Amino acid sequence: MSTPSTVAGNGFSDNAIHPVEYRRVYVWELPVRVYHWINAVALVVLCVTGYLIGAPLRAFYAAEAYQQYWFGWVRFLHFLAAFVYVFNFAARLYWGFVGNKYSHWNAFFPLKKSQQQEIVDVIKADVLETRMHGPISTGHNALAGLIYFGTFLVFVFQTITGFALYSSMSNSWLPRMFTWIVPLMGGEFAVRFWHHLFLWFFVTFVIVHVYLAFYHDYIEGRGTVSSIIGGWKFDREKSGKAGNRK
Amino acid sequence: MGQSIWNSMEQKGYSRRDFLQFCAAAATAAGFGQTGVAQVVSAFEKKEKPAVVWMHFQECTCCSESFIRASHPIVLDALLDVLSLNYSETLMAASGFQAEKSLNDTIANNKGKYIVLVEGAVPTKDDGVYCMIGGKTAESILQTVAKDAAAVIAWGSCASNGCVQAAKPNPTGATPIYKLIDKPVINVPGCPPIADVMMAVVTHLLVLGQVPALDSQGRPKEFYGRRVHDTCYRRPNYDAGLFVEAFDDENARKGYCLYKMGCKGPVTYNACSVVKWNEGTSYPIQSGHGCIGCSEAGFWDNGPFYQHLPSFPGFGIESTADTVGTVVGIATVAGVAAHAVVTNIRKRKVIAEVHAEDQKES
Repeated sequence: MSTPSTVAGNGFSDNAIHPVEYRRVYVWELPVRVYHWINAVALVVLCVTGYLIGAPLRAFYAAEAYQQYWFGWVRFLHFLAAFVYVFNFAARLYWGFVGNKYSHWNAFFPLKKSQQQEIVDVIKADVLETRMHGPISTGHNALAGLIYFGTFLVFVFQTITGFALYSSMSNSWLPRMFTWIVPLMGGEFAVRFWHHLFLWFFVTFVIVHVYLAFYHDYIEGRGTVSSIIGGWKFDREKSGKAGNRK
Repeated sequence: MGQSIWNSMEQKGYSRRDFLQFCAAAATAAGFGQTGVAQVVSAFEKKEKPAVVWMHFQECTCCSESFIRASHPIVLDALLDVLSLNYSETLMAASGFQAEKSLNDTIANNKGKYIVLVEGAVPTKDDGVYCMIGGKTAESILQTVAKDAAAVIAWGSCASNGCVQAAKPNPTGATPIYKLIDKPVINVPGCPPIADVMMAVVTHLLVLGQVPALDSQGRPKEFYGRRVHDTCYRRPNYDAGLFVEAFDDENARKGYCLYKMGCKGPVTYNACSVVKWNEGTSYPIQSGHGCIGCSEAGFWDNGPFYQHLPSFPGFGIESTADTVGTVVGIATVAGVAAHAVVTNIRKRKVIAEVHAEDQKES
């Protein structure tokens, strides 16, 4: 999957005659990229419409109810995006078993000793920035993988509570499967509260996620941001230690 | 005992026509419709009048008050008349030992046939000393009464889900009755429940001799199957996005949706917007106030009445999840910005290092 290519050394060198070797690695396969962007659009729609459902705007252009339906559309969009998001997520779960090693389910659990060590390294190098260089994973690093796993749990929570709330106005089997959640959580009032609270998890997640994508690209210079468009990242090849900066 | 409802009415001088009218009204109240009238007539002609005991524990008697204001007087009169209401602290003439005897006799003479109506929660803390009648705790009375009952109905939110005395911190350990007895309990929540709903539940029990279809929380589906919101006449304003912003604004006068005023209609299962109150006169939303969700479990602890999202625990009464979320969001942006500053400082070092590396290599 990797295409060897050479990239000229950076322009700071006055005599950049010795090229630095980079290896092009196909990290994010097409289904992963498609999942990512469908998920991104669905999540933004869900967050915006979800917030509006909780705190409707004063948007009146009519005096009578029959003349407008904007709140109805907002709710419809929310439900539509929710269905897209759930099936998209289900497809991603499937891909976690058949996709390449970067998208495989075990990238999300730090079960191996090396992954656990990497978490410590990443905290030192990228979170606290106390160490100049850490090892750089080609796919998700172990800490990112673990946090994505936490995110998936929130996905599942929002799906369950969302369907539980939706079930009271639906006869279709999928939402009806979640009716038992409502009494379990102490009534629809409580379900609504938790479903609404986790909206803010996604807002926070998006801020951190987008920032970190730029951060990695900015400090590592190997195409983190473009990788989710084209799928390729770049590994620097040097004295048989591919994957490490040093 | 041993008499049917028809026998008893006949003896009191009611005509056959009165009886049939009563049956039709009862069938309507219980939601059987026209085809069910024959069933009701047959049941009331043949079935024995059931003995009924009405227990009062931790409550305010608003359920009883509601019940005696049922909007079909003929059904109500007849029900109070035809039911052998053998024990009810508020409605019976007897008192003291007489009352106790009446209760004990009813239980002894009607084993497995009498109906128990319970109003109020039962305190369980400190051996139940917080509610005692005739020297016995509410819980022991409940256990005695419920043991041989044909059916148990929990009137109101107290008996169904604890209501105000079970609100945090629940000092008396008030407990809804379905948690205390082994029998299935018909929960008829509300503070109080709608009179006509109460009557209809009793009628259903009398006519069919079986418990009506219940939902997962033990509530009769026919009355608690839909949200107040779904049947609310202001619902079109909700879908249109026309909301009341303040109780005295123009939108309130126009009768827009009360969602932003904290109306709990969207999370409350009850028949208020269909059956209405006081002989179908009105219900809270119709008179301009949001629903407070009185028939939902734990409604006293579900945050302020005028917010449709609860307060966030530990952050003061006015803070909703949105306030907390906004603070977390801002903190995240601040954290990210600080990180970005450090990253830029670090990047200079990285650039210098890469530069040096390239020099060395060449």
